[in-house]
Amino acid sequence: MMTNPGNRITQGQFSFLPDLTDAQITAQIKYALNHGWAVSVEYTDDPHPRNTYWEMYGNPMFDLKDPAGILMEINECRKTFPSHYIRVMAFDSTRGVESPAMSFIVNRPKNEPGFGLTRQEGPGREIRYTVTSYAAHKPEGERYS
Amino acid sequence: MSESTIDLRAIWNESGVEAVLEKLDAELIGLAPVKKRIREIASLLVVDKVRRDMQLAAGAPSLHMSFTGNPGTGKTTVALRMADLLHKLGYSRTGHLVAVTRDDLVGQYIGHTAPKTKEVLKKAMGGVLFIDEAYYLYRPENERDYGQEAIEILLQVMENNRDDLVVILAGYKDRMENFFRSNPGMSSRVAHHIDFPDYTDDELLAIGELILKDWNYALSPRAQKVFGDYIERRRAQPHFANARSIRNALDRARLRQARRLLEEGGAVDKTALQTIEAEDILQSRVLAGVRAVGGKAGP
Repeated sequence: MMTNPGNRITQGQFSFLPDLTDAQITAQIKYALNHGWAVSVEYTDDPHPRNTYWEMYGNPMFDLKDPAGILMEINECRKTFPSHYIRVMAFDSTRGVESPAMSFIVNRPKNEPGFGLTRQEGPGREIRYTVTSYAAHKPEGERYS
Repeated sequence: MSESTIDLRAIWNESGVEAVLEKLDAELIGLAPVKKRIREIASLLVVDKVRRDMQLAAGAPSLHMSFTGNPGTGKTTVALRMADLLHKLGYSRTGHLVAVTRDDLVGQYIGHTAPKTKEVLKKAMGGVLFIDEAYYLYRPENERDYGQEAIEILLQVMENNRDDLVVILAGYKDRMENFFRSNPGMSSRVAHHIDFPDYTDDELLAIGELILKDWNYALSPRAQKVFGDYIERRRAQPHFANARSIRNALDRARLRQARRLLEEGGAVDKTALQTIEAEDILQSRVLAGVRAVGGKAGP
C-alpha cells in the first residue's frame, strides 16, 4: 500500500501530517480546554485499527485551566512508554454528546512495520480479508522495542 | 548606533498594573511594607519585560514567594491580587489562583501522595498555587510522613516549570522560618519573602467599617467608639485573628441588630436597617466586664 509510505498508522486527527511539535500539541489542547472538554492521555502498543480502547495513563484531567499540566502528563507518559503509541483525547461531557470530541496521536514508535493482509477461504470460494500488524506478533510490551 | 528610548511610564500605564495596585491600596488597609514590596516586584517585572524586548537577557525572574504573618493579616487576599497582577504583566497565562493546604497535597498511604500532588499542580498550571499553612508539609517528628514526598515533587516543578506556575507559600512567621531552615532547597527557590505585620487598632476599626460598607451597614457614632474598645479587648484574648476576628464580631453584631429590630416592634426605616447601634456590640461577651458595672468579667 504505497498510499501511506512508512506505514504510519493513521488514527484520529492529524495522523497524515508529520508529528506535531509540542507547541502545536499545546495549541490543540488549549482549544479543547477552551471548550471545557476533559483531556486524557492514553497509550497502547497494539496498532490494529479496530483497537479502540487504549490504556489510560493516569486519570482524565478535569478542571484544568492551562495546557502546561497536560503537556507535563504527556511527557511523563512518553518517558514511561517511549516506543508506544500515545494519544491525547478530549471528552465532551455535554448532555447528549458524551463522547470524545478530539483524539490525536502524540507519540509513535520509531519503526512501524505496518500491516499484512491475510486471506481466508470460506465456503463457496468466498474470501475473507483481515489485517494483522507485523508488530503484534510479539507479546504486549515487547513490540516495537 | 542610535539608541531608541522607551517610555517606561507608558508601558506601566498600559499594562493595567496601576489599577491593580490602586485597588490594593484602596481595599486593603495598612500593610504598608507588603504594598511597598509588591510595587517593587511589579516594577521589576515591567522593567524586565522591556529588557526582554530589547534582547537584554537576564533569565526569567523567579517569582515564587512566601507570605508570612499572623492569621487574618490578608495573606490570601494579597495572593489573589498577586495572581491578577502577574496575569496583567504577562507572567501568568491564566491568572487563576488554586488555594490548597496539606490535605490536598499529601496522601494517606504509600503511593498516594505523588498523584495527589501532581493533580493539584496540573490544576494550578498557568496560574498561581497558594499553599496555606505550608509548614505542615514537613513533619520532622514523624519520619514516615509523606509530606517530604510532596515537597520534593513541588520543588521539582517549581524548578522545571518556572514559566508555567508561581508558588506562594503562606504561614505563621516562626513556623515558616523553621520550615525553610529544614528545607534549604525550598528556601533557595523562593525569591521573595514578604512579612505581613499585625494591624493596629485604628487599622482594624477602618477594616471593620470597610467590611460593613461592603454589606451596606454602618456603625452609629456611639457604636464606633464601643467597637474601638471591643477591638482593644479582643486583641488581648486568645485566638485573636486580626481582620478575621473583626469580620466574625461584625457578623454577630448583625445577628443582634436583627433581633433588636424585631423586638423593638416591626416599624423600621432604611436607616434603622443599616445602622448597627452600640448595644449590638455591647452585648458581646468580650465586653461583658464593661456592661456589668463593678461586676466580674464574663467568661
